[in-house]
Amino acid sequence: MDKPNYFLMNPFEKFFYKTGKAIKRFPGAFVHFFVAIGLGIGRFFKGIAGGIKNYFVNFAKGNAATKGSYVVMGLGHAVRGQVAKGLVYLLIEISFVLYMVMFGAPYLGKFFYGFFSKGTVGITETHDFWNDDLGIYEKVVGDNSFKIILYGILTIFMIIFFLAIYLRSLKESRELEEMAKDGKRAVTFRKEAAQLMDTKFHITLLSLPMLGLFVFTVVPLVTMIIIAFTNYDASTEVPQHLFRWVGFENFGAIFGENSTLNGTFLRVLGWTLIWAFFATFSNYFGGMIVALLINKKGIKFKKLFRTVFVMTIAVPQFVSLMIVSKMLTAGDSMEMSGILTQLLYKIFGFQLKFGINITHTRIAIILVNMWIGIPYSMLICSGILMNIPADLYESARIDGAGPVKTFMKITLPYMLFVTGPYLITTFIGNINNFNVIYLLSGGGPGDLLKYSDGAKGTDLLITWLYKLSLGTDRNYKLASVIGILVFIISATFSLMVYNRSSAVKKEDQFQ
Amino acid sequence: MIYNEETNKPVRRRDKFKNYQTGVFTAGMKMRNRISNGFTYFILVVLNIIAITPLVYLVGQSFRAEAGAWSSTFFPKTWTLANYKRLFTETPFLRWFGNTLFVAVISCLITTAFVLAVSYAFSRMKFRMRRPMMNVMLVLGMFPGFMSMTAVYFLLKILLPNHFQSLASLIIVYSAGAALSYYVAKGFFDTVPKSLDEAAFIDGATRSQIFWKITIPLSKPIVIYTVLISFIAPWCDFIFVSFIMSGVPDVGMYTVSLGMYKWLEREQIQQYFTTFCAAATIVAIPITGLFIWLQKYYVEGITGGAVKG
Repeated sequence: MDKPNYFLMNPFEKFFYKTGKAIKRFPGAFVHFFVAIGLGIGRFFKGIAGGIKNYFVNFAKGNAATKGSYVVMGLGHAVRGQVAKGLVYLLIEISFVLYMVMFGAPYLGKFFYGFFSKGTVGITETHDFWNDDLGIYEKVVGDNSFKIILYGILTIFMIIFFLAIYLRSLKESRELEEMAKDGKRAVTFRKEAAQLMDTKFHITLLSLPMLGLFVFTVVPLVTMIIIAFTNYDASTEVPQHLFRWVGFENFGAIFGENSTLNGTFLRVLGWTLIWAFFATFSNYFGGMIVALLINKKGIKFKKLFRTVFVMTIAVPQFVSLMIVSKMLTAGDSMEMSGILTQLLYKIFGFQLKFGINITHTRIAIILVNMWIGIPYSMLICSGILMNIPADLYESARIDGAGPVKTFMKITLPYMLFVTGPYLITTFIGNINNFNVIYLLSGGGPGDLLKYSDGAKGTDLLITWLYKLSLGTDRNYKLASVIGILVFIISATFSLMVYNRSSAVKKEDQFQ
Repeated sequence: MIYNEETNKPVRRRDKFKNYQTGVFTAGMKMRNRISNGFTYFILVVLNIIAITPLVYLVGQSFRAEAGAWSSTFFPKTWTLANYKRLFTETPFLRWFGNTLFVAVISCLITTAFVLAVSYAFSRMKFRMRRPMMNVMLVLGMFPGFMSMTAVYFLLKILLPNHFQSLASLIIVYSAGAALSYYVAKGFFDTVPKSLDEAAFIDGATRSQIFWKITIPLSKPIVIYTVLISFIAPWCDFIFVSFIMSGVPDVGMYTVSLGMYKWLEREQIQQYFTTFCAAATIVAIPITGLFIWLQKYYVEGITGGAVKG
């Protein structure tokens, strides 16, 4: 088979050729991704194995003080003159033991109580207890399943962190022993503290942000991922009830063939992808064209034109989107409708059924999104367009190329090349574009025949997730399954970027 | 061979381009240019009008004297300032505005500090956990941010038992995860020449001195970008505030977006639509002004982010 000659293609062929190649490469990339994950996990376990080996070897080789630090952390440090550091380690050990005894262990026990047998999360349910002495029913407050999962996760992380600190202290203690043998003196505590501002500055910089990230992103996220494997919803609301582990049942319900939930999910997913596609490309090309028009030679008032466009992004979205949504609303009569709907009817005789007809609403949403999206991509495109070497255009002009040809042969290929990663991140951003959908249509209009579980005609996965966790059903289990699926979709698309973008590969060389 | 139209003598090759640019074709080219420029102006003006229409409508409606949500004319028939008067005297709008401003300022300070610290560490420091941390954060960023809210809500209930539906919770929600959005600032720090660091290093400066005295003063655009983005976020957010404040009876706790959203709900819209427009105008003016004033930095930030992906 002939290899297509890349240089003879027109830009569109080039674009499709590249896209095709990227798609063809995708299964390989996908496999590569999981192989990489596998290798990572392998390396992780190898590291652990090495750690365990060191653990025993150091114990065998170490002297009494080092051996002592295996039980009392920081002993080795204290003996070698690092008293303050030794005390810190001791304090960490004591607080960890206290945490585990008072708090961690009971929750961890309840976490794993029904984990393998698909039992309940927690042991005793809140119930009424007949008190014979008083002759009344007493309320016995039982376990709180959600708390058990939350604290269970927290405890597992705590154990991992503690083990890491523990192993590190042992390693240091052994090193101190070796240093003492060579007759070197240990670094003083003050010097070590000073290093936090110098060679170990990253610890100072990262500790608070990472703590925030850990407590308010990582732990909650892992907790909600775990919820996907339980039956937590309004019927098992905590603390009145316990919920159960159900394995992959929730995923089964979504992917089960011919179930109503499956139909709803596919419809919402379909619209999410259609929306993301149109929202991304309409804004991208629209923005590029507007940028070209504004930057055209001989056009005056560039700044004024640009500022007017920028105003639509500057006004907070909840203001601009809600006012437009009210301008488009179709009420029971024309007098009860928004001004744009009225004007459309008066001038063109067209009856816009925004919020009544699904197709009308969808098209209107995509158009309104162009209104707030085009100025944004115009700003990005302007910056990049300025970077296209001017002599390219000059020589094209001398060769007699018209504006359309110049656009097709120079501008578009250059833009697609430079902004490829941006397009995909925008696509992912649009999959998660809560504001535009929720503030414009609230996800409506509904269609009870086609949609179940609170989803409506213009709902994206993300707005559906929001409704599921705030609605009357409080369907947390389904919400978290949807969240996981959104993650898988986003990850798949990001994978395409990170395989292609050379910036990521070269990141380390660049350093 | 090309001949000059007037003198009928052959044109020297050297002059060919000269003519192309200045001479013989000028009249036709000028005409064409004028038409295409005129066309461009036309399109730009039309697009500008479309872009500005809803905002003009919003401001117009805020001066409307007729009650009710729906009007049959684009501009009000009678103009009045009563909506603004009502906004400041009869509604908790001023409190909402104060709440939002408070949350925005504090969370903007925390967010900026976090983002700059994390991106500097990832850009300039070498340490063993650098790559793994960046990879984990990449993966975390792919989950929808809202997904973890139920658990965050629970956590806040535990940490602030009596005040979990408060402005403090909102600040935590807006700024605790700030580290995740380090990409743009890291990309910027990567472009600050390393030789400056090395020179300071040789002179005996520590890492923190380099950070404060060299990198930060050189990074004004990215600092302003981060401040701008994080200051505006609470004004525009609806999803998190509506979740945290769900079921709060005291409307005085709301931020502008939540409070104003409630005005447009079915039961209230007839009564509050024009008030909403007045409030929206008041909120939009400072934010828009800020945005247009700092436009340059905003554009630099988003373009840098887009090119690096």
